Amino acid sequence: MIAQLKIGSDTLKRFQSLIALLILCTILSFMTDKFFTADNGLNVLRQIAVNICIATGMTLIVLTAGIDLSVGSVLALCGAVTVGLLRNGVEIPAGDLFVGFTLLGAILGGLLCGWLLGWFNGFAITKFNVPPFVATLAMLTIARGFTMLYTKGHPISNLGKEFAFIGSGSFLGIPVPVWIAAIVVLLAVFITQKTKMGRYIYAIGGNEQAAKLSGININRVKITVYSFAGALAALGGIIVTARLDSAQPNAGMSYELDAIAAVVIGGTSLSGGKGSVWGTVMGAVIIGVLNNGLVLLNVSPFWQQVVKGGVILLAVIIDKAGERRD
Amino acid sequence: MLVAKNISKKFSGVTALSNVNLELRPGKVNAIIGENGAGKSTLMKILSGVHTQYEGEIVFKDKVVKFTNTKEAEEAGIAIIHQELNLVPYLSVAENIFLGRELINWLNMVDRKQMREKANALLQRLNLNIDPDTKIAELKVGQQQLVEIAKALYTNAEVIIMDEPTSAISDKEVEQLFAIINQLKADGKTIAYISHKLKELFSIADRFVVLRDGTTVDAGDMNSVTQDELIQKMTGRQLNLQKSGKLISNAEELMTVKNISLKHPLLRFTNILTNVSFTLHKGEILGVYGLMGAGRTELMECIFGLHPKNSSGEIKMKGKSCKIKTPADAIAAGIALVPEDRKLHGLILNQNIKTNISLTVLKQIEKWGLLLSTKKEKNLADNYISRLAIKTSSDKNLAKNLSGGNQQKIVLAKWLATHPQILLLDEPTRGIDINAKAEIYKLMKTLADEGMGIIMVSSELPEILAVSDRVLVMCEGELTASIPIDEATEAGILTYAIYKNELTA
Repeated sequence: MIAQLKIGSDTLKRFQSLIALLILCTILSFMTDKFFTADNGLNVLRQIAVNICIATGMTLIVLTAGIDLSVGSVLALCGAVTVGLLRNGVEIPAGDLFVGFTLLGAILGGLLCGWLLGWFNGFAITKFNVPPFVATLAMLTIARGFTMLYTKGHPISNLGKEFAFIGSGSFLGIPVPVWIAAIVVLLAVFITQKTKMGRYIYAIGGNEQAAKLSGININRVKITVYSFAGALAALGGIIVTARLDSAQPNAGMSYELDAIAAVVIGGTSLSGGKGSVWGTVMGAVIIGVLNNGLVLLNVSPFWQQVVKGGVILLAVIIDKAGERRD
Repeated sequence: MLVAKNISKKFSGVTALSNVNLELRPGKVNAIIGENGAGKSTLMKILSGVHTQYEGEIVFKDKVVKFTNTKEAEEAGIAIIHQELNLVPYLSVAENIFLGRELINWLNMVDRKQMREKANALLQRLNLNIDPDTKIAELKVGQQQLVEIAKALYTNAEVIIMDEPTSAISDKEVEQLFAIINQLKADGKTIAYISHKLKELFSIADRFVVLRDGTTVDAGDMNSVTQDELIQKMTGRQLNLQKSGKLISNAEELMTVKNISLKHPLLRFTNILTNVSFTLHKGEILGVYGLMGAGRTELMECIFGLHPKNSSGEIKMKGKSCKIKTPADAIAAGIALVPEDRKLHGLILNQNIKTNISLTVLKQIEKWGLLLSTKKEKNLADNYISRLAIKTSSDKNLAKNLSGGNQQKIVLAKWLATHPQILLLDEPTRGIDINAKAEIYKLMKTLADEGMGIIMVSSELPEILAVSDRVLVMCEGELTASIPIDEATEAGILTYAIYKNELTA
């Protein structure tokens, strides 16, 4: 009997964010009939797709007991670089060369840019022992500065139908950004649950010393994780840019906070080693539903922020209370 | 002055002290002597209010006292200077001396001027010519120790307990410290001096108390005993485990270690290890004994590639020179290390048994070089759970929920899974119950019979004698002896562990 109860509370804990989400949805369905519709569902998913991409990368970093504050700026810079490549190509003055980019080429260029920025974060953190908070805080400013330099402070607009399709198009009735986010999540779930790399990530976050003694190349794993998160931020940047049909120099401001919020609400421990990508997806959906519901209920944007903050705090308090019971 | 009567103390069922009696005489330096784990530190922690749960009574100045925290002990006049100093590195000397009892002026603000003056007076008393505004981090270890003494003087401590005060300081600083101890003695202070450096004790201590296995063995005047007698008292056990080692003569050489040295990461010109050389043969169990700070753990870490920057020397595997710069190199060379602290370095406590065991061999359980095979992993884990008799209901139980012995078996399992030729075991039986100990000894014998070379670091002499085929003894970073098991005795080993220079044979 006691054993059964214990299993019950374990299951409860594992699905606590899902249960919270269901309760939230039920309440909102009763409060407004605009909430529980297919259109609104897709709307919510489209809105959170970018956050899911970023927060997935953030999850892997947080699992290693790190953090990445630079994702918002990396998103802006890589979005701008992608459309810059697409529209203007690269001119190499020395050889009087001009390199043009196809849509796919430009996207790959943007992702590579994100990968390199993330790699640089990881490099500073592992080789020079800079705390992740500081290294990525520096990158937050650096990448934003480069975005301003690259765009000269002006938006780059009119990017063509093909590119806009990435942000606003639909495939089989489902928005393209949602497809992209789904693929990102599946990939990250695969990596964390099924591969060596995933084990290494959890091991480093769980006990870095033990992981090191087990022969794991800690630095290489960390650099890879930061690079991957950088590339996912770039992907988010491409989606945002395509959706607005314009690369904004101040795109992605404070997106890192939404991503961290999703990770935390999803039950991943900031001290590393504990949590999951699925949890983060739940966290992102909870934030999305909450935003959407509050808008539908005509709650003032100022109150929306207060509520969001309260939910983050509540999620962590519930999590900690669960830990103490163990 | 200070008398402890029939003190007993248990840690989660394991007896650390049983009926210890101790008398600290006023105005004397009282040496407290014993092997690692004899209970010296535990006893001192009880006297200074760190441990508050114990049986027996403490009489201080003819009154029974029972401290509930260190502050109470301090106020009563007992100060302890721990082996690891308790100073805040980025505060000044004066700020550290007055930490928690800052002087304040009429505005209720910290009175820096007065603190500086008083600190200066205390430092002068100790002949320490430093500015009280100096940050602790800028001082040498020896000077930091004197700051701790200044702190004790400020609280008007009558009893000052020093735990291994000379373990990290140079000879010159030792002289300085002794001069100050003599001065404190002249002022009527009572000193309790914990050390296992016997030579040092003969020049500073007036009285001795010997602890062994948690009980008092003997006490008396320092000038009434000889060093050999003290060693005898420290080791003379009634109960001896049977030696089971064999003599290895012409076996194949597995690993030869030549001139391994390790520089101290902070102190220049100081070595943690100096020119350590030895050979490990196939099927041999090599016991490594040494007192605290002898460098045993560091030697294992050097071999395992954990000090690539500060270490030098050569490692040959089966005659071939081998560069080991990381644990991955060591594993590839066929070496495994079961570390001293299994919770800190061996296990991921929040993960289950299965993932802990497979961590070192994830490559072997991959399918198509890409994804991990759940089936192969389960087989691997279940194989070791049954082979090592790990007591658990499932391979999915978390490592943190198991007993010490079973946790140690998981660490062994994860390393045996790599099929090593050489197994380094650092204190493999620390903190585990007798049955698990016996099982681990048996396992070591089996592995050695299969041809594995084993190096076991241990602080327990009976264990060293019971399991080893040959005993290496270390003292202050140097190898002082290599003794075949049939010639090894507790007293002999301990002598080499205590003296570095006189007896090197």
